[in-house]
Amino acid sequence: MAKLPKPEQLSKVEYKLPGKRWMNTPVEFKEGMYCNGTRPDYLETVDFPNPRKWAPSDEDWKLPENWKEIVLNGMKERLEKYRSFRLFMDICVRCGACADKCQFYLGTGDPKNMPVLRAELMRSVYRRYFTASGKMLGKLAGGRELTLDVLKEWWYYFYQCSECRRCSVFCPYGIDQAEITMIGREILNLLGLNTDWIAGPVANCYMKGNHLGLEPHTIKSNFEFMVDDIEEITGIKVEPSFNRKGAEILFVAPSGDMFGDPGTFTCMGYMMLFHELGLDYTWSTFASEGGNFGSFTSMEMGKRLNYKIYAEAKRLGVKWIIGGECGHMWRVVNQYMDTWNGPADFLEVPVSPITGTRFENAKSTKMVHIAEFTADLIKHGKLKLDPSRNDHLKVTFHDSCNTSRGMGILDEPRYIIKNVCNHFYEMPEDTIREKTFCCGSGSGLNAAENMELRMRGGFPRANAVKYVQQTHGVNMLANICAIDRAALPTLMNYWVPGVDVAGLHELVGNALVMKGEKERTQDLRLEDLPEKEGAENV
Amino acid sequence: MGALFSFVVVILLILIAYVGVAAVGMQSIFGTVVPYAAVLIFIVGVVYRVIKWGKSPVPFPITTTGGQQKSLPWIKQAKLDNPSGSAGVIGRMALEILLFRSLFRNSKSELRDGRLAYGSAKWLWLAAIAFHWSFLIVLLRHIRLFATPIPSFVSLLENLDGFLQIGAPRLYLTGVILLLAVTYLLLRRFYVPQVRYISLASDYFPVFLIVAIASTGILMRYFFKVDIVSVKELAMGLVSFNPTIPAGIGSIFYIHVFLVSILFAYFPFSKLMHAGGVYLSPTRNLANNSRAVRHVNPWDYPVKVHTYDEYENEFREKMINAGIPVEHSPAITPEEEEKLTEPTDDAEIPVGKE
Repeated sequence: MAKLPKPEQLSKVEYKLPGKRWMNTPVEFKEGMYCNGTRPDYLETVDFPNPRKWAPSDEDWKLPENWKEIVLNGMKERLEKYRSFRLFMDICVRCGACADKCQFYLGTGDPKNMPVLRAELMRSVYRRYFTASGKMLGKLAGGRELTLDVLKEWWYYFYQCSECRRCSVFCPYGIDQAEITMIGREILNLLGLNTDWIAGPVANCYMKGNHLGLEPHTIKSNFEFMVDDIEEITGIKVEPSFNRKGAEILFVAPSGDMFGDPGTFTCMGYMMLFHELGLDYTWSTFASEGGNFGSFTSMEMGKRLNYKIYAEAKRLGVKWIIGGECGHMWRVVNQYMDTWNGPADFLEVPVSPITGTRFENAKSTKMVHIAEFTADLIKHGKLKLDPSRNDHLKVTFHDSCNTSRGMGILDEPRYIIKNVCNHFYEMPEDTIREKTFCCGSGSGLNAAENMELRMRGGFPRANAVKYVQQTHGVNMLANICAIDRAALPTLMNYWVPGVDVAGLHELVGNALVMKGEKERTQDLRLEDLPEKEGAENV
Repeated sequence: MGALFSFVVVILLILIAYVGVAAVGMQSIFGTVVPYAAVLIFIVGVVYRVIKWGKSPVPFPITTTGGQQKSLPWIKQAKLDNPSGSAGVIGRMALEILLFRSLFRNSKSELRDGRLAYGSAKWLWLAAIAFHWSFLIVLLRHIRLFATPIPSFVSLLENLDGFLQIGAPRLYLTGVILLLAVTYLLLRRFYVPQVRYISLASDYFPVFLIVAIASTGILMRYFFKVDIVSVKELAMGLVSFNPTIPAGIGSIFYIHVFLVSILFAYFPFSKLMHAGGVYLSPTRNLANNSRAVRHVNPWDYPVKVHTYDEYENEFREKMINAGIPVEHSPAITPEEEEKLTEPTDDAEIPVGKE
């Protein structure tokens, strides 16, 4: 694996442009900037084409002989199926407003990471094969032959985009590079050109119900550890149930929360909250994944994985669904799920059994975000909270790309944080809410072999965290995304040592005063709570 | 290269018109045939493109949300940046189309000593909005040549536009603003390295063309002082489909008309179609209400899925040992086994096209 340069080196980003025009600059595969190619068995599991052993650095990618035809037909089909695709190929004026909005451009200085140019990689081929002027005038009209080099360039750069949609906020026509990347990846997948890190979770999720490939008994035993920890901290034994028929609510979280810190702390927070409410809910080992790496592969694969949630809700006979903290999961739930696998007419419009609030905004999907659910509880005064238990934390909040720009859940988590923490500081305005930066590892880029890419892509985010660390002493980066919880600790260690990462409901769990609990001396990480200042003074 | 090429093409176009009119005397070609053809291409082309976009489906509601969603009643929704219904969408689109809302967000980032800083960057927005609005007003002012009597709103526009009361004929501000703004947009392409790097010939060509159009227009009005009565006669002839070519109109007029015709004819085949496309952009013109109202994908098809029964078959024993409820008891007969592996209703057509 490539050696990761030091932060001082990496932060000296050169925004110099090559002398040669971009169309004449062939792609160079730089180690540390790309993921491994897919293992064949992952593709076989989900019946994807061209499974074989290959590496992106290989000269020969072992493509089918008619690969060019497959790509062009794939483009043609999608141009007919997606207005977005055709429009975004046609109407860009190359004003460049998007250029410095992309964290991958800001972090790498590679011009092909400017959203406009990433799109031009495909647009040039579109013009050459699908427009009259490109067919006649070729290069003069901005057209470009589809060659193997071009295909490799697509692969390299479509897997250096985290589908965060930040560019699309700034584009005067709303051109969304995420959409172009998604379609680009879909076309690459027609040739078996996925990454190992995406295809593996897809295959796992398809067969076992979750990205991590946790089997049902493993899920249960992981929960037992968490249940024990909760008991140690609070003296209360929570009793999560699995695949329980007749529960009122199905709870679906990203599987990252069931395995590995700091996700498990978030998961403990969920369980403590639900226990305290006496909520009639169940987990499912079959629908044990809210996230959807299928959506990083193709719309069809996204649908095939997402199918499990409604199918399981139906089988178990629940009334509605709550979803845990996960970024791209919520883009999928908000913008794709009902269309893919709905209508969920066998479920009821979600009504909080505690407050009676009817979630009108989720009346068709029947799926409520846990931050909406919890904010509503707090607003109605249904939770006893002791925010001083988070006093050792100076918290800032990282908006996840998908929940910000593909949903808009911005103030619910902030409202919760302000109720469970006494010290909350926002990062600079240009780096939060709809303008938030990606962790650098979204859309399946959170592998190990592309660490330099991740640290570069996460640089703008880390930079903003550093700012609040220096100005306010922030030491905790809260978020509502499992990929954030997996990726940000590495990013913080690299750029901003001293800042930890927590899911929102870990902070809720810390502050939640449970009936019959013992005096808390530890937080959910089993770390001692500092003695309260007030107590010292007495 | 793209810039030079586009520049040369525009110069050639000017020469073609000049030679055609001044040397060869093809006034009737440049004054009637070319404009008619251009307008025809424009209308047919634009309609074709818009219909083509309009007919292509929008399978998923992919709104880009630019603010707080509508959720709980006490949380303030960003109604325009994250609309939940038609009124919000209309408002959002109006802001986008009339005021270039998204471009107004533009910022500039700078890396200094390993730190990124962001600052306001409104020049692009200012130039863009000045350019588009002044272009529109200039275009509308031209109605005076194509209508008798002159509509009152045109006279009003002229009065506003010429309020400075400078010179004879009096100076219209929009003409000057148009030329300045388009020049800024051109210079930006030359001097901002990133923008230069991404620019294609098709980015320079319309800019050079519009510079030439605005310049010839200004030259004709203020300096060469073309005989306006004859020009109106020609224009009225065109709109009444009774074309005439009055004598004595200077070549500069024909150059102007020829360049405008080229712009019209070029429009539907170029990025200038952003003017129509922006209305159809699915990240902007859809409400973010897809959890409340189901969005239907017209080409949806069944896909192959892994069913719960298949899952339980694989893990039944482990589930039972872990105390997780199962659908089917472990002592399963071979017949039952066979039945289970058959697709059930729940599987919803396991074979889909890939």
